[in-house]
Amino acid sequence: MDEVIPVNVNGRAVEVPAGCTAAVALAIAGVDLARLSVSGTPRGPMCGMGICFECCATLDGRPHQRTCQAVCHPGMEIRTDADA
Amino acid sequence: MRTTSDIIIVGAGIVGAACARAFARDGLRVTIVDAAMIGGGATAAGMGHVAVMDDNPAQLALTHYSHQLWQELAAELPEDCEYDPCGTLWVAADDEELSAARQKLATLGNRGVRAELLDAQQLAEAEPQLRSGLAGGLLQGDDLIVYPPCVARYMIDQAREKGAELRLDSPVASLGGDHVLLADGTRLAAGHVVNAAGTAAVRLTPGLPICPRKGHLVITDRYRGFIRRELVELGYIKSAAGGATESVALNVQPRRTGQLLIGSSRQFGVESDKVEPAILGRMLRRAIEYLPGLARLSAVRSWTGFRAATDDNLPLIGPWPTVPGLYLATGHEGLGITTALATAELLADMLAGRKSKIPREPYLPERIHG
Repeated sequence: MDEVIPVNVNGRAVEVPAGCTAAVALAIAGVDLARLSVSGTPRGPMCGMGICFECCATLDGRPHQRTCQAVCHPGMEIRTDADA
Repeated sequence: MRTTSDIIIVGAGIVGAACARAFARDGLRVTIVDAAMIGGGATAAGMGHVAVMDDNPAQLALTHYSHQLWQELAAELPEDCEYDPCGTLWVAADDEELSAARQKLATLGNRGVRAELLDAQQLAEAEPQLRSGLAGGLLQGDDLIVYPPCVARYMIDQAREKGAELRLDSPVASLGGDHVLLADGTRLAAGHVVNAAGTAAVRLTPGLPICPRKGHLVITDRYRGFIRRELVELGYIKSAAGGATESVALNVQPRRTGQLLIGSSRQFGVESDKVEPAILGRMLRRAIEYLPGLARLSAVRSWTGFRAATDDNLPLIGPWPTVPGLYLATGHEGLGITTALATAELLADMLAGRKSKIPREPYLPERIHG
């Protein structure tokens, strides 16, 4: 198996393959909801290539980051609106 | 649709909408005409900041009166009008600006407007995102913000409930004191006509001293709680009141969505409505000087609009002397949202032969002819 690294999804420790994106980490953690729209409807990863902005979440304290474009690093803090 | 009215209002922006509501309430048969849509011009482009401003006594009287009318209107405004009494916090960068804030406090206090001086520490506690080293500030806690296009629509709905007629997508070819000729050839007759067409007013009534003054705005993604008040640098007053060809000043507003609306810029002599990166960059750098954390946030959109500026920084409210029957309600520059309601009441008073709550003379268009 590839090297695994620890990340944190909504306060929960999760092990993910090194080099995967935060969107993949959400999938591994079983978190479907990345963010809530202005009207409060749930949104999650869709296009997977940085275009649709539906997968945005707070990464290492920075809000509205596209999880599909951010490669995980050891100890990355991923926080979604599912936690709100 | 009828072709004869007591009064025709040209322009369905916030000023025309407020006029329609006031005139219909007074029992007049009102027709509102707009080249495009409700609130599609400066009304949609601006920040929706309702602020008591005190550059000069006439401006203070008008903004204060209108602010009171906004507070009365607030309770009935629908949710989509995004009414938020978040207040204005004037930021003083140095001691010179802090003494200007003290002067402002005294002027506002004399008029009975609530305001509070903050020292450097109180400012930092009130808005932790502001950079350190600022001298203090002045909090006008009763100032408020709204979403102007929805307010304009609400006020026009109110007028229509009282029988007003609305003609959108109806460009005006020409107008006089007793008629409006639409571009499609329709002639509408009326007892009076109000030119409330903002920057377009000068095309319909040649000779008005109105110049379009371009502004840029940026809106960010949602960052709830980043700031609490609308933050404006005291230097904004110089930017707004001065006649400089080009100026920028910090003016950042927290919207109810958690988004931040970032301004402000002022440019004379630019016809293109395109976003200009150079001045947009200057404006954003100015905002970031005060709020360093802004640099890490994402902007989602930028746009421009044109204020209807007059030579003496006061609006034109009242009869236009050379065309009997024609009234003006334009030239509000950056204060059209703030002063729309008072503008409407002053005109309604003139039409009804009533005394007004404040003296009208400073705003009468006849001042242009001396």
